[in-house]
Amino acid sequence: MIAKAPKSASLSDAGMIARAARDAVVKLDPRTLARNPVIFVTEVVTIFVTIIALRDLFTGGPAWFSAQVAAWLWFTVLFATFAESVAEGRGKAQAAALRKTRTQTTAKRLPDPKNRSRVEKVGTGELQVGDHVLVETGDLIPSDGEIVEGLASVNESAITGESAPVIREAGGDRSAVTGGTQVISDWIVVRVTAAPGQTFIDRMIALVEGARRQKTPNEIALDVLLAGLTLIFVVAVVTIVGLASWSGAVVSVTTLVALFVTLIPTTIGGLLSAIGIAGMDRLVRFNVIATSGRAVEAAGDVDTLLLDKTGTITFGNRMADELIATGGATPRELAEAALLASLADQTPEGRSIVEFVTDKVGLSAPDMANRSVTFVPFTAQTRLSGSDVEDVRYRKGAVDSLLKIVTGAAPADFTDAVDRIARAGGTPLAVAKGDRLLGVVHLKDIVKPGIKDRFAALRAMGIKTVMITGDNRITAAAIAGEAGVDDFLAEATPEDKLNYIRKAQAGGQLVGMCGDGTNDAPALAQADVGIALQSGTQAAREAANMVDLDSSPTKLIEVVEIGKQMLMTRGALTTFSIANDLAKYFAIIPVLFIATYPELQALNVMGLNPDTAIISAVIFNALIIVALIPLALAGVTYRPLGAAALLRRNLLIYGLGGIVAPFIGIKVVDSLLALFV
Amino acid sequence: MTFVGWLQIAILFALVALSAPPLGAFMARVFQGERTFLHPVLLPIERTFYRVAGIDPAKGQDWRAYTIAMLLFSFIAFLVLYAMLRLQAVMPLNPAGLGPVSPDLAFNTAVSFVTNTNWQSYGGETTMSHLSQMAGLTVQNFVSAAVGIALALALTRAFAKSQSRDLGNFWVDVTRCVLYVLLPLSIVMALALVLLGVPQTLLAAAKVTTLEGAEQTLAMGPVASQLAIKQLGTNGGGFFNVNSAHPFENPNAWTNIIQTWAIIALPFALALTFGRMVGDKRQGLALAAVMAVLLSAATGAAYWAEAAGNPIVAASGIETAPGNMEGKEVRFSVASSALWAAATTGASNGSVNAMHASFTPLGGLVPLFMIQLGEVLPGGVGSGLYGIVIFAILTVFVAGLMVGRTPEYLGKKIGAKEMKLAVLAILILPVAILGFTAIAASLDVGRVGPVNAGPHGYAEILYAFSSAAGNNGSAFAGLTANTPFYNVLLGIAMLLGRFAYIIPMMAIAGAIAPKIKASPAAGTFPTHGGLFVGLVIGVIIIMGGLQFFPALALGPIVEHFMMHAGKTF
Repeated sequence: MIAKAPKSASLSDAGMIARAARDAVVKLDPRTLARNPVIFVTEVVTIFVTIIALRDLFTGGPAWFSAQVAAWLWFTVLFATFAESVAEGRGKAQAAALRKTRTQTTAKRLPDPKNRSRVEKVGTGELQVGDHVLVETGDLIPSDGEIVEGLASVNESAITGESAPVIREAGGDRSAVTGGTQVISDWIVVRVTAAPGQTFIDRMIALVEGARRQKTPNEIALDVLLAGLTLIFVVAVVTIVGLASWSGAVVSVTTLVALFVTLIPTTIGGLLSAIGIAGMDRLVRFNVIATSGRAVEAAGDVDTLLLDKTGTITFGNRMADELIATGGATPRELAEAALLASLADQTPEGRSIVEFVTDKVGLSAPDMANRSVTFVPFTAQTRLSGSDVEDVRYRKGAVDSLLKIVTGAAPADFTDAVDRIARAGGTPLAVAKGDRLLGVVHLKDIVKPGIKDRFAALRAMGIKTVMITGDNRITAAAIAGEAGVDDFLAEATPEDKLNYIRKAQAGGQLVGMCGDGTNDAPALAQADVGIALQSGTQAAREAANMVDLDSSPTKLIEVVEIGKQMLMTRGALTTFSIANDLAKYFAIIPVLFIATYPELQALNVMGLNPDTAIISAVIFNALIIVALIPLALAGVTYRPLGAAALLRRNLLIYGLGGIVAPFIGIKVVDSLLALFV
Repeated sequence: MTFVGWLQIAILFALVALSAPPLGAFMARVFQGERTFLHPVLLPIERTFYRVAGIDPAKGQDWRAYTIAMLLFSFIAFLVLYAMLRLQAVMPLNPAGLGPVSPDLAFNTAVSFVTNTNWQSYGGETTMSHLSQMAGLTVQNFVSAAVGIALALALTRAFAKSQSRDLGNFWVDVTRCVLYVLLPLSIVMALALVLLGVPQTLLAAAKVTTLEGAEQTLAMGPVASQLAIKQLGTNGGGFFNVNSAHPFENPNAWTNIIQTWAIIALPFALALTFGRMVGDKRQGLALAAVMAVLLSAATGAAYWAEAAGNPIVAASGIETAPGNMEGKEVRFSVASSALWAAATTGASNGSVNAMHASFTPLGGLVPLFMIQLGEVLPGGVGSGLYGIVIFAILTVFVAGLMVGRTPEYLGKKIGAKEMKLAVLAILILPVAILGFTAIAASLDVGRVGPVNAGPHGYAEILYAFSSAAGNNGSAFAGLTANTPFYNVLLGIAMLLGRFAYIIPMMAIAGAIAPKIKASPAAGTFPTHGGLFVGLVIGVIIIMGGLQFFPALALGPIVEHFMMHAGKTF
């Protein structure tokens, strides 16, 4: 059920790797590295060891050892910056594609929106919020805006990837247009709603490039923890000098630095920003634009999700679901009458009746060629429609309207059927042939296939789904039951939605909301995570903190997954990083005090060569960063299990695995080194 | 190891398990201002206190006011105790005619008792007058314990309430704690101890003629009354120099069981009080389970190491059947000495019934590591609870990330601010323990302290600073600590271990309290199940291990390997 994201640039792309490697060197600048405390500290001590290695070269100290350690510490820092560069590199390719949409440099500004004949040609960069522009066939829409006049088919493939053009028109819920999309036919007058550099495409580019990436709240908290751990290890390692002095042991500074760097959480520290960038990148590949990483992270915390019924849970149009013949009419009679009454009806309801009768009942559409047929269209006054076929009147419509044109009172089974349909939340449509009532068509809101599974998936994630609808309670309850939502809000006004969200938030819940209409805007703004559909109004899009370009209302499931995945990946790698330390102690401590306390060799459980043990640990510590880049970019697999099951699984893989892996890894590196020395 | 030994251990744990739930429930009632069976008698006294002191018991304090009240109270207590020790020669109740306590020792002792550490650089019977013992030290045994409990209550309320800044009233909490909890329990326990043969007298000493006809002076005093609160308040400061190994301070197996129970009963009960006050008893049980599992493991490890004995001693042909008996009292078994060692260090109590320095290297590693794990197993009264809550916060942070949700504990979101403060708090222990040990081990003034050479001498220093910073107060013995250098440095370690930890902890309470308390949702990681218990255990062990592994490797660990290699110093 869960959609697969389109593939992005692959890691094996040689050109990209080369670019990332170049960027990785540029990122060694301590001023930029200072953003990342763990790697910054690593760089500082690396410089220190490099100086020691140079000094040893002249004083005849163990220069070869210091140089080796220094080299591998530089690799550790480089691998960390490389991870970030790789993550950014993937976004840069997407950004380049997006930039192409901004090649057009002029726009047709209308000084007077009422007068389309007077056009000023201006650069798109000069357009201000509130300007009006004319966009005609073949033009790129210069900026985000709202259509104030006209109707056009627009190709939005630049941002949605969907090549079929969509209709955009003034007024209603489809009035928003996006800069960079192209008008294919007709013309529109657009009021610009985005300042230069602030358009949708600009935001998208910034997002995928990770240029203005703000750290998310959880990322900041994790940074604090990692910095704290680093400080603890500063204390633990620096004090070794004093502690060892009791027994007269002199410990090598290079070895202490090696111990320090292997202990501090360089693995997660090195991959932290790559995880964040990759997460946003994944979001973009799912065709969702977020205004901030904070919103994505919040999505992972959503407890309650509000969904508009129409167009989200149901197809939005009522469709025929059942034919009930009454008053002695046969089902076939009723079906024929319903078919003839609907043949010319182009409303969705009418078409659904034709479809139902031909597909489900199995009647074929009668040949009308030789008969005289008059169609009677639906009007708000008559509230019925149908056709006259050779003087026979076929009608269908609202029950009370039909009752006026037939003779006699409605039969008892007719009223029963009507009541039953109303109770089930459906709409009864009466059908008559001549002045005889034949029966009822049950029109109902059809729940989208598969939606129930999606809600089940949300429930498994721990998210409560709430359906919002303007329908009465009975109808709402029926659809809610069928779709499998946890709760519903019937006869909902915009205030009701707002109050529902506020109440949930007061209980400490995080609320997600998916909507498209202008009347959804207040609720979208109030919700912690608001997702507007790309097809929606500009007001909704501005109030939301995410826009779904595919206009798929259950996209939140993917967004939630990406949000959770980002946190999980950070948590898993933090656990892995800390769990690794055990093996590093066992590798380094025995060698550290080998001269004073050879008995501590008993702790050398890996049986490492004392000459290469330290360098093996440092090499492993550096290589593990590179080895985990793919995981950081792809994210830890999220499964909609309960929190406890998820934790158990991740603890097993990254906790236990984190303890075991370095014991094996360091031993392997040490054995390989033995081949060379 | 014997069946009887394990049975002794099991009986003690069963006693604690039986008594902690009613004690915890009782304390929850007292601290939430509900009526108990003691109220008819004590409520008028409590009200009189408030009237005299001009305190409105209904008025709550935010974290700043609460913390300032606590600091003020502790500072004044320090000044009064310091003055009392310096002036004891001219004060009454000094039948032995003891002189004034030296400035550095008075500083060290005053800090030690105000911080609920009860590190004793002095021998009680030869240094302290009865007035100093009763009106000085014993009073602090009550109030410093009450301060710890009060602080834990403040943190508890931060999690219990939604969107409130009110953490309770410090003065009310301390008063209620002393009046309804510590005093009644101490009175009952002191009477029981007197019945079992512990002296309670204001005489200085008894002169007796031994069987050989020699004259012997037996130091005595108001032992039973100080003994009860020494254990119940996780104080640990003995009346006599050798503490509960002394035949008057712990005459028989019964007093030994009662005292071991008293060391850990209240900290366990407080965990359950926490659960009740935050509105979910299972949360308290989970924390108590963490404490119980690690305490049992430590007891088992110490018992195993001590029962295994010393191969060098065995090789010299000495009978080692019961295990390592050096430094242990023959009236207590190896099992009950190991149990006491684990309990007194797990609980930040610090009283001893055997000399930890005489344990085998690994047997001695257990009490040392228990202190370094943060004094939360079950920790001191109050301090154990707030300490383990900090660990729980760290745990839910990592766990929360791993399940893909912003971490929350008991419905309160844990953010960057709480992490910053929690990290600050846990930094204190390694700085004070490792930093100060490194200083002492590398300076001549420090290096003259230990009696022993080699890793054991180093372990004596490490233990002293661990004990001080962890506010434990037990001594490894073997370290001559009554020097200006050690008195001052250990005093500073005690202050850091108490107040430098409390302030960030209270700031966390201040940050947590105003947050919305979210009702648990399906995606929330449950913090009452076995998985959470296991995870907190893992976090405590890993944090402790990562910080102290190198330090321990140079002490007990290498000593263990050397012992098996037959190497001595």
